[in-house]
Amino acid sequence: MDAINWHSFFFLMCALVACTFAIAVVIASNIVRMACYLVISLAAVAGLFFLAGADFLGAAQLMVYVGGTMVLLVFGVMLTARGPFVSMKTGPAQWLVALMAAGALLFVLVQASFSIPAWAGPLASQPQPATLPATAEQLGYGLLGVRADQLDQRDAVARGGLSGYLLPFEIISVHLVVVLVGAAYLARAKRRVTKLSTNTAGSHKP
Amino acid sequence: MAEFLAQYVPSWLAYTAVGLVQAALCLVVALASAAVFIWLERKVSARIQDRLGPTRVGGRFGWLQPPADGIKLLCKEDIIPAAADAPLYRIAPYISFCAVFAVFLALPFASGWVALDLNAGAFFVLAVAGLEVFGVILGGYASGSKWSLYGAMRAAAQVISYEIPLALCVVVPVLITGSMNLVEIGDSQKGWFTSWYLFHDPFTFVTFWVYVTCVTASTNRAPFDLPEAESELVAGFLTEYSGWRWVVFFMAEYAAMFVVSGFGAVLFLGGWNGPIPLASLLGLTPENHAILGWLGNLLGMANFITKAVLGVVFMIWLRWTLPRLRIDQVMTTCLKYCVPIASAMLAGVMIWTYLFPKGVIDGVRHSAPVVQQASAQPQSGDHR
Repeated sequence: MDAINWHSFFFLMCALVACTFAIAVVIASNIVRMACYLVISLAAVAGLFFLAGADFLGAAQLMVYVGGTMVLLVFGVMLTARGPFVSMKTGPAQWLVALMAAGALLFVLVQASFSIPAWAGPLASQPQPATLPATAEQLGYGLLGVRADQLDQRDAVARGGLSGYLLPFEIISVHLVVVLVGAAYLARAKRRVTKLSTNTAGSHKP
Repeated sequence: MAEFLAQYVPSWLAYTAVGLVQAALCLVVALASAAVFIWLERKVSARIQDRLGPTRVGGRFGWLQPPADGIKLLCKEDIIPAAADAPLYRIAPYISFCAVFAVFLALPFASGWVALDLNAGAFFVLAVAGLEVFGVILGGYASGSKWSLYGAMRAAAQVISYEIPLALCVVVPVLITGSMNLVEIGDSQKGWFTSWYLFHDPFTFVTFWVYVTCVTASTNRAPFDLPEAESELVAGFLTEYSGWRWVVFFMAEYAAMFVVSGFGAVLFLGGWNGPIPLASLLGLTPENHAILGWLGNLLGMANFITKAVLGVVFMIWLRWTLPRLRIDQVMTTCLKYCVPIASAMLAGVMIWTYLFPKGVIDGVRHSAPVVQQASAQPQSGDHR
């Protein structure tokens, strides 16, 4: 053992944890355990992102997916807390359909990932994660409408990419505002005007 | 440091050793802060209530009280209720502690003294610190007790709600610095205390106090300690825990207090840049000599830890001064006060930094040309 490639070691460890707990999510029958395994699996995927030097993406994975699954867990507890620990059974037909769908997706993904020549090269030729440039600032500029990675592009046709992602960002923001307002509207306290009060209001009319 | 070591030993060994040393240092800070703050909590609460607190263990001031507590709790029976979901019940405290410990990896203690110099450090701290509540929810659910479940549900509602104004507060220093790198945020407040973001403009001053409110709520400290309200819920999510697992939950809580205080110190209180720039006044900068720069960093670290400890003392002071809120008051504080105030302060800081890009004093002195320059900027943007 003259050298340990820590990068490969941690990659394999995170990948193993992610895959193991992803399978555990499917096999488990208790909804809270499922959510817990899902959180661990997603956190391992965040670990893979950190390992690849994409720290912004990793933090976003933790914030959005792991945090979101936590809310899912809370709903799971609130909706199934009638008995102490509810277990859910999956029928054989459901297993069959799920296996077919998942197998087809896995086949397509494996086929696609092995057909990209850039991904088949040896690990040593890949850039080391420590030397990768920072990604968060370029992402931020891109959302503000400036593609920092294409500023030296002088070709007029290719400069269409310079517009960045300001429009999609704004559209998504407006959508989220609509969703928030809708949620607040649905969740607000309902104050109905009762028949009695309308009658008394009407009787006072001249 | 790893590159330096790699000159003498094989590089894989150098990286392993450096990684282990950094992880051990972070773990020591996390555990030591928990022990010191538990002692501090006893002493400060005693002084506030006109008592003495621990005086005998370890001679004076009861300074050996935390190890005594620890040994006592280790000797207690580790009870797992019959109705509990045993595996989840076992791992829940460790999840909480690991989430808090992971924040220490990205928390800078002095300029450049950080285990992971992340480009998106502020975002990382927010994301990982929010995971502490996962262990609380899991522990509360897996205990198989109604009190625990109530505590867990309260913790979930409270922490997830308060993440929104907390994130809005953290955006403010990020906006002023133009970077999410915590080392850059700290370094940009270099100099006297007037360059701290707390005194950057009136909006950041208000933002800091909203931040204090939000982190007090998100660490489940009084007056927001609804998840473990002992007068209504026995001990909330901690009801069924005993012995070592209870200790781990408590270490997570006290380490989280240190984390949020240190994070606030970096964001608003200059981090390692003191009220008086002692290091640069004494010439302890890396420009003079590498060792002098190291000494200056050591001074900065002491400064940072002092600020973080003072922040924790402030939180202890709050706990023993204010009565506990009701759950609807907690939600009202978040949704009707913290979120609108934080949003308004964010908008205010945006306008302020647009009008006075060089800070208040310089901005007022040269206000007229700056405003002209600012109004000329959009046109230049159109040309591009």
